[in-house]
Amino acid sequence: MHAPDGFLNAGTAVTTGVLSMGAVGASLRHMRTALADRQVPLAGLAAAFIFAAQMFNFPVAAGTTGHLLGGALAAILLGPATGAVVVTVVVVVQALAFADGGLTALGYNVLNMAIVTAFGGYGIFVLLRRVLPDDATGVVAATGLAAGLSVPLSAAAFAVEWLFGASAPVPFDTVFGAMVGVHLLIGVGEGLISAVAVGAVLAARPDLVYGARDLDRAQLTTRRRVGMRPFVIGAVLVALLFAAVVSQFAAPDPDGLERVAEDQGFITSAEDHVLASGPFADYATAGLRNESVSLAVAGVTGVVISLLVGLGIVTVVRDRGGRRSPDADRERRTAGTA
Amino acid sequence: MGAGHSHPLYVHAHSATHLLPPEVKVAATVAFVCAVAVTPREARWAFAVHAACAAAAAAVSHVPPRFVLRRLLVVVPFIAFAVLIPFVGSGERVDVLGVAVSREGLWGAWNVVAKAILGATASILLAATTEVPRMLTGMSRLRVPAVLTAIASFMVRYLEVIAGELGRMRTAMAARGYAPRWLWQARPVATSAGALFIRSYERGERVHAAMLARGYSGTMPEIGVPRATRRHWMTAAALPAVAWSATVVALAGPA
Repeated sequence: MHAPDGFLNAGTAVTTGVLSMGAVGASLRHMRTALADRQVPLAGLAAAFIFAAQMFNFPVAAGTTGHLLGGALAAILLGPATGAVVVTVVVVVQALAFADGGLTALGYNVLNMAIVTAFGGYGIFVLLRRVLPDDATGVVAATGLAAGLSVPLSAAAFAVEWLFGASAPVPFDTVFGAMVGVHLLIGVGEGLISAVAVGAVLAARPDLVYGARDLDRAQLTTRRRVGMRPFVIGAVLVALLFAAVVSQFAAPDPDGLERVAEDQGFITSAEDHVLASGPFADYATAGLRNESVSLAVAGVTGVVISLLVGLGIVTVVRDRGGRRSPDADRERRTAGTA
Repeated sequence: MGAGHSHPLYVHAHSATHLLPPEVKVAATVAFVCAVAVTPREARWAFAVHAACAAAAAAVSHVPPRFVLRRLLVVVPFIAFAVLIPFVGSGERVDVLGVAVSREGLWGAWNVVAKAILGATASILLAATTEVPRMLTGMSRLRVPAVLTAIASFMVRYLEVIAGELGRMRTAMAARGYAPRWLWQARPVATSAGALFIRSYERGERVHAAMLARGYSGTMPEIGVPRATRRHWMTAAALPAVAWSATVVALAGPA
């Protein structure tokens, strides 16, 4: 997901850069009030943890391995604002010191990998907490689903950016289908590892899980152990099902009329001349096979992502007043270790 | 310090580039990469100029070409994607070796590959000539918020510690016969991720306490990194200036 330079056009790079800077700036301000002068060492060590977590290989199938992305995990453990800052730092250092991801691509890389996964993932988490039981099991389950869904959400955000700033004439629906389809499967591993990791933290230091601050001692000790194997197989099946539905958008055959238009080279030329001078000169729309459906999918995806990110931000802002006293912290800590 | 250091791309040398102050190098790299990113894809000669600039920078920096080529492997997944573009792309078809591919797609693939390789080369040269802590000092001198660079420098400083702890956990698991093959056997890996988070966070708390004991007031002192002079800026501006002139001519001229 570390896109290189020139992957999306300059207008998109600048727009996403401004969005990312705004989101990171607001997160930094919020983090300052939440962590005070502890913010530098704590966020620094948390960033080192996320960096290490991305080297964390877990088994996938038949001995192959995958690794964590960690955006949603960071948001649930540290809160979306701190989580977004921490993952942003990781992405920026990877671009600078590891040449992983382009420098001009930082705008959309940070947006997709840090802002959307942290705030969007936390938004999903908050929604799921409403419907799941109010105890440790509920938090773990919500973490799994939110972290799992944050991966295709990030891929969908990339596909929407592609609609505006494609560097090549691959239609939005192909990119959307392929990206979201593949990332649904990647999300199964991400969700599972994040859920079990949060479960382990809840058992030892529940006060360190931002997403479980509202739970009291009794709720924290209600834990059910679930078998991993049926769960993994079920999750993969569901993901495959959704991936199959989503990848319908990536169906390879253009329909008849479009085919003719393509052969005449007239779609691209017609669109090019109108749009090529604008900041969002997009080739993506040039190749749309079923334009209304594609635009509807793109629109709905954009709205869903914005709503979830917005929900994550609203939760943080609303939480500002409600920080707990140190006494409550200590009480919960003893509850967890008991 | 005998412990490992996380300068994976750093090449130890004493070239002119190594000696430049970090803020100059970061600014020059960003300027060059921006020039590459906005170059119109039809202007193939401009890409040749950019490539020449990158090669000149590599030569001046005493970074071996083989090192750069090996590190360029990070962009391979995106090149694989780029290779697919002509086949799934839409628009006018042209025949290449008997296969009908999209003309627009070919241009798109060329665009992605050329810009990705040039951009990554610039980043690799920056990382090869600048240690990470210096790079962060440079960024804070370029008005990147001090909190961000301070967090990043902490991350870099403790990355080896955390990664080392991760490595010891894996050794311990392997010593106990843990050799997972399937995702449902991942519980021990995931719980150790949780344990690693707690250890990292608690280390953060201890580090903060230690810093307070040494008089930490909320900002980090800066030590021993030379400041940039006008001459440094002029030296570093040479290559990005050449690249930008090519880009401007390419943008102005008939594409």
